[in-house]
Amino acid sequence: MTVRLQREDFDIGAEIARLSQGRTDVGAVASFTGICRGTDRAGGIVAMTLEHYPGMAEAEIERHVAEAEKRWPLLGVTVIHRYGRMVPGDNIVLVATASQHREAAFAAAEFLMDYLKTRAPFWKKEERAGGDGWVEARQSDTAAAARWSGRRPEAAE
Amino acid sequence: MKLLYFAWVRERIGKPDEEVDVPASVRTVGDLVAWLQGRGEEYAYAFENAAVIRAAIDRNHVKPDTAIAGAREIAFFPPMTGG
Repeated sequence: MTVRLQREDFDIGAEIARLSQGRTDVGAVASFTGICRGTDRAGGIVAMTLEHYPGMAEAEIERHVAEAEKRWPLLGVTVIHRYGRMVPGDNIVLVATASQHREAAFAAAEFLMDYLKTRAPFWKKEERAGGDGWVEARQSDTAAAARWSGRRPEAAE
Repeated sequence: MKLLYFAWVRERIGKPDEEVDVPASVRTVGDLVAWLQGRGEEYAYAFENAAVIRAAIDRNHVKPDTAIAGAREIAFFPPMTGG
């Protein structure tokens, strides 16, 4: 398991390659990259700053990776999440999972992203022409995470 | 104990962290929020809609009814928006 929080960019190709390097048991690597968008319904985004809770962010991601490893037969997991200021086009997050077969790799990557969105302590603040503002949590993200637990999300959680 | 604040909770309170001595009557996370609300305008503003504020004790998510006894570090923050 590799979990890294960093200010600097990451090399997606190198990170994906590392999961199967020097071994022949990996038959599938799935990856998700989250990228800073430049536009949405509210208009143009100039930049965004990601704040995190050092110490807890790592711990929370590691707990979710451990949970994913219990649920699926994974041969490797890499999660990299950036913090600091990013501009449209910049990479924000990478989740890559390795397994013998694709089902586990796809499912574990999706599970990790759904939990990262709702449980890992990161907050986005957007810079727009009209001023700065904190991004509001989306109910659809909470619902996406809840489907893995088979119960409704609790408001206070 | 040490309190930490993130995102707009931090901005509204005006500081990222502080050490506080909490009265013995403050037993749960919810009690702590109520106690903080009475500490000044900036706290009242940060916790005006207490139902949306999330909390963590020693870097684990907790609910309002969680006891705070023995906690070293309690953090308050808005719903998370990473990923």
